[in-house]
Amino acid sequence: MSGKPRLTYLNGRGRMEPIRWLLAAAGVEFEEVYLETKEQYEKLIKDGFLLFQQVPLVEIDGMKLVQTRAIMSYIAGKYNLYGKDLKERALIDMYVEGISDLMQMILMFPFSPPDAKEKNLESIKERATNRYFPVFEKVLKQHGQDFLVGNKFSWADVQLMEAILAVEEKVPGVLSGFPQLQVFKTKMSNMPTIKKFLQPGSPRKPPPDALYVETVLKVFKK
Amino acid sequence: MSTKPKLYYFDGRGKMESIRWLLAAAGVEFEEEFLETRDQYEKLLQGGSLLFQQVPMVEMDGMRMVQTRAILSYIAAKYNLYGKDLKERALIDMYVGGTDDLMGFILMFPFLSAEDKEKQRALIVQKATSRYFPVYEKVLEDHGQDFLVGNNFSWADVHLLEAILMVEEKKSDVLSGFPQLQAFKAKISSIPAIKKFLEPGSQRKPVPDDKYVETVRKVLRMYYDVKAN
Repeated sequence: MSGKPRLTYLNGRGRMEPIRWLLAAAGVEFEEVYLETKEQYEKLIKDGFLLFQQVPLVEIDGMKLVQTRAIMSYIAGKYNLYGKDLKERALIDMYVEGISDLMQMILMFPFSPPDAKEKNLESIKERATNRYFPVFEKVLKQHGQDFLVGNKFSWADVQLMEAILAVEEKVPGVLSGFPQLQVFKTKMSNMPTIKKFLQPGSPRKPPPDALYVETVLKVFKK
Repeated sequence: MSTKPKLYYFDGRGKMESIRWLLAAAGVEFEEEFLETRDQYEKLLQGGSLLFQQVPMVEMDGMRMVQTRAILSYIAAKYNLYGKDLKERALIDMYVGGTDDLMGFILMFPFLSAEDKEKQRALIVQKATSRYFPVYEKVLEDHGQDFLVGNNFSWADVHLLEAILMVEEKKSDVLSGFPQLQAFKAKISSIPAIKKFLEPGSQRKPVPDDKYVETVRKVLRMYYDVKAN
């Protein structure tokens, strides 16, 4: 039996992608099971794997973990990416939750009706450039350190890096007003585990396409 | 200068209510500043105290914390309501994630049209009785202990009680198929700090009314056209 964590989700980004990022950043190898049919999903529920009948599911250390935040917090805690004390953890949580709100907009984007796509894209751009990126630009500028919290690589850095790349895919040149974030992006890209994750052939998933959307609707259709 | 935590939010439940519950359960007294006007909100924004321009915001231990989950996690850990190790914390996080999703259906309820409210009420009850309550019923039945995790009172218990009471407000006999949850509700309600919070005059907020909805819309200039899930 493999000791590696096992991830169950669709073959695409969705809510599992931040988990893939975090495991990869921590240098942890993992296996993946891809949901392709409704029957597979129903069987998982019937066999008692999905506490609230939902994925992501991560089997790790004898647990069947669900709920994205619970999974990420566990991984961050286990691999020392969660700060050195309660206050650093609070900062990391604040940053991660903010980024997660931004990523939620990107997550939902492929499922928006065609006539709403332009408006939603504009919202993503507006939020990124007016609400979220300025916060992290300021944090980095104020302490002048490489990492967001406690002068040490943490979950917050991984999450911000993922968000920067995801927004850039939608809004090229979005970092043009954010010199600190540009430097941050370069530094993160050069960290060995992240560099490896950004190379072709890694478990990183491509942007969602029509097939992905179709699969989601098919698997979870009532 | 007060050393009590200070909560900045509307005078109503919303996303701040779970924080009020947890502080109360931990026996921590707190102060509140209620947002009533757009001006107040803009002043907070200009003063730089809202990291992502949003409330809830809690001033505590020298920090201006935002993001409900970050605030709750901090309080839970500080007051030993977060389990004894990483695995218990993961269980608590999972359980809280579930009750949070359930309460999420109720959070937007006051902002819906009358017609959508009826549909949403049915959805809340359906989700509670088919997806969420059975999970906690089984957890309690399987280990036979009073508390959800590690035989110790935790954030997960507080959050579940809050969720149960909120769903009961939508359908008073919703616990009828869940004997373990009925016992759980009685036990947790009788814990002194919780009992005190459930009494009139506490900082617990009532079911949101039209005035609350109006205030939120006026202050945030948002949520005018909220659709059901």
